[in-house]
Amino acid sequence: MTVQLLQGNRACALGALAAGCRFFAGYPITPSSEIAEIMARELPKLGGKFIQMEDEIASIAAIIGASVGGLKVMTATSGPGFSLMQENIGYAVVAEVPCVVINVMRGGPSTGLPTSPAQGDVMQARWGTHGDHPIIALAPATVLETFELTLAAFNFAEKFRTPVLVLMDEIVGHMREKVALPEVGVSQIVNREMPTVPPEWYEPFGNPPSDVPPLAPFGEGYRYHITGLLHDVRGFPTSRLDEIQPWIDRVFRKIDNNRDEICMWDEDGIDDARVLLVAYGSTARSARQALKLARARYGRKVGLLRLKTLWPFPEEAVERAAENAQRVVVAEMNLGQIALEVERLVGRSKVLRVGRADGQMVTPEQILDAMRASPEQFTRRATPARVQREG
Amino acid sequence: MQRHDQGTYEYLRHHKRFPHLWCAGCGIGIVMGSIVRSVQNLELNQDDVAIISGIGCTGRMPVYMDFNTMHTTHGRALAFATGLKLARPEMEIIVVMGDGDALAIGGNHFIHAARRNIDLTAVIVNNNIYGMTGGQSSPTTPLDARSATAPYGHIEPPFPITDLAMAAGAPFVARSTVYHVTELDKLMEQAVRKKGFAVLEAVSYCHTTFGRANDLKSPVAMMRLLKDKSIPLQAAARLEEGPDPDQIVRGVFRDDDRPEYTELYDKVIEKAHGTLPPRKRKVRRGWV
Ligand SMILES: Cc1ncc(C[n+]2csc(CCOP(=O)(O)OP(=O)(O)O)c2C)c(N)n1
Ligand code: SF4
Repeated sequence: MTVQLLQGNRACALGALAAGCRFFAGYPITPSSEIAEIMARELPKLGGKFIQMEDEIASIAAIIGASVGGLKVMTATSGPGFSLMQENIGYAVVAEVPCVVINVMRGGPSTGLPTSPAQGDVMQARWGTHGDHPIIALAPATVLETFELTLAAFNFAEKFRTPVLVLMDEIVGHMREKVALPEVGVSQIVNREMPTVPPEWYEPFGNPPSDVPPLAPFGEGYRYHITGLLHDVRGFPTSRLDEIQPWIDRVFRKIDNNRDEICMWDEDGIDDARVLLVAYGSTARSARQALKLARARYGRKVGLLRLKTLWPFPEEAVERAAENAQRVVVAEMNLGQIALEVERLVGRSKVLRVGRADGQMVTPEQILDAMRASPEQFTRRATPARVQREG
Repeated sequence: MQRHDQGTYEYLRHHKRFPHLWCAGCGIGIVMGSIVRSVQNLELNQDDVAIISGIGCTGRMPVYMDFNTMHTTHGRALAFATGLKLARPEMEIIVVMGDGDALAIGGNHFIHAARRNIDLTAVIVNNNIYGMTGGQSSPTTPLDARSATAPYGHIEPPFPITDLAMAAGAPFVARSTVYHVTELDKLMEQAVRKKGFAVLEAVSYCHTTFGRANDLKSPVAMMRLLKDKSIPLQAAARLEEGPDPDQIVRGVFRDDDRPEYTELYDKVIEKAHGTLPPRKRKVRRGWV
C-alpha cells in the first residue's frame, strides 16, 4: 500500500482496472476526459482495448457489444454525453448486459457550465431511459471512495447483469487527495456467472433462483439471440403476457431483493440528532463540515446520513435516520432531486432543501444558514437567494 | 419428402421463429438466404459467426438465423459490432441494416466504421424507404418519388451508398440486387471473406409501402424494375456518357487492402508491452 496524491478521475480508472475492466469506449468531454486518457494508456498494457468512438451513443453501444463478447467494460462521460447514452442504457437493462457508465456531473442543462460541478443528473440517472426499469447508481465523495465504488459498480454489474451508473461530480473528479489504495484480492472481484449446461438447454433469460441467469459470451458455442424487444427465456421477441410479465418481475426482483447488498451509506451521530443532514458526493463533505460547526458553535444535535448508493434509493436508511429528527435538511448541487425522495419518505413539512444549480458548490455556511431557519420558514424551494434572506 | 433447401436448413431457427414477419414477396428474405449460403460456402463454423442488426424490417433478420445474433437499437448496429469485434477479433461479424438504419440515424457510425476499417461486413438492404414504420422517406428515396412523408414527391436527392462508402475509406464496396441472386451470393461471399470493412449494398424493394405509393403494387413489378434498370459495372464503364442516374450499377466498385483496425490495435498492445489475449476460440466441446 503506497500513499500517493491521486486525482478522482484517476482513482476511477484505477478502480476499473482493478475490477478487471478490459474494454473502454468513450468520447472526450470535460470533466471526465482524464478517465479516457488513462484508459487509453493503461488498457493495452494489460492486453485490454480502448477505442475513441464517434460519439457517446456509439461509445455505449460499443461497450455493450464488447461485454457480449465477454469483457468487463466501461465508458465515462458528463451531462451532454450522458443524455445521448440514455437509449442504449435502456438496451443494456433489457438485454441484461453488464456495463459501467461513469458520469462526472457538470453544470447543466445543455452545454451548461462545462467546468463547474453539479449533481443535476440524479433523476436522469433514475429515469433517463424510457420505460419502467430498475437501475443502480452510486455516488462517491472522496478520491479513495471513487476507487472503491467504481470497483463495486463492476461487481454489481457483473453479479446482477445490469448497467451500473457512477455519478461523480466535477469536484470529486478533479480533486486530488492523499490516498493509500488498497490491494484488491481476487475474493473482492465478482465475475459474471457462465452457463454450465449444454447449449441446447441454455436459457440466457431464464428464471434461476438467483433471478440472474448466466451470461454466455458470443463465440463460445452458445448461439442465442439478444434483442431490445421484450423477449422470452431464450431471448426471442414475444408479446405473450405470460412471458412478458415474468420477465419484468424478475428484472425488478433481481435488484429489489438485493437492496441490502446494493444500498450503501454511512452515518454520523444520527442517534440523538434533532436535525438530520442528508447529502452525497462532494456535497457530503460540506455537510460534514456544517455538522462539525453546528455542534461546536451552536451545540446543536446534528446528524449526517451520507448516501453512497442513490439508486435504488436507500429508503430504510433514510426512514430510520429521520425517525427522531425534527427536521431533515437535504443538501445537494441541484434544486431538489434526492430531496424529492426524502420528502416522499418523511413528509414534505419536515424537509428543507438546500440546493443550488449555479455551478458553485454548496458551502458549509449555506447549510448552516438553512439549518438556523426556523421550522415555519421552511419552504419548498430553497434557492440560494431565499436561504440567504432567511439566514 | 425431399427438402429443397440447398443445405441451408440447419442455419435457420426453424422450429422457433417461422413463419417470418416480412410481407409475402419481400426481398429481405433473399438477402438473408444469400448470407446463409455465403456462411455455408465459406464453411464457417456457426459458433464463430455473429449477425448484428439495427431496427427495421431488415433489422428483424438475425432472429431467424442460427448464429450468435443481436438485434440492437436503430442505427447503432455498427457501433455494437465494433465493440464485439474488438472483444472477439476471431469472430466473423455480419451487420445487416436497412437504408434508413445505416445512412440516416446510423450515418455517422457508418462513415466512421469505414474510416477505421474495422473487419466487419456491412450489408445494407436498400429498399429506398422506411419499411417498418410505414413507408416514410429514407436517405435513398429517389428524387420525385412519393412516400408517406413526401405525398407531393420527394425533393431531396438520394445518397449514393457506394460512393459514400468509398469516400469514407471502405476497402471493399459492392452492389447487387435481390433479382440477381447468383451475383449477390458471389459478392456476399467476397464481402464476408474480406479482411476489413466490406460494404455490400443489396438493392431490394418494398412493394407494400414504396410500391403502393408509386404505382408498383406487386413484387413482380418491382423485381422486373430491378432487372430492367440495372447494369453490370463493366457494361456501364463502356457507356460513353456513363449510366443514367436512375440506373443501378452492379458489381465490385473497390477491392483494396488497407491496414485493418483490430490488427493495428494488436500492434498498440505490443507497443505498450502488453500481452495479446488468446485468439483461439474456447468452444466447450463434448456437449453435442
Ligand atoms: C431511435 C428510433 N427512432 C425511430 C425508430 C422508429 N423506426 C423503426 S424502424 C425505422 C426505419 C426503418 O427503415 P429502414 O432502416 O430503411 O429499414 P426497413 O424497415 O426499410 O428495412 C424507424 C424510423 C426507432 N425504432 N428508434
Ligand atoms: S414493409 Fe416492405 S420492407 Fe417491410 S417486410 Fe413488407 S415489403 Fe418488406
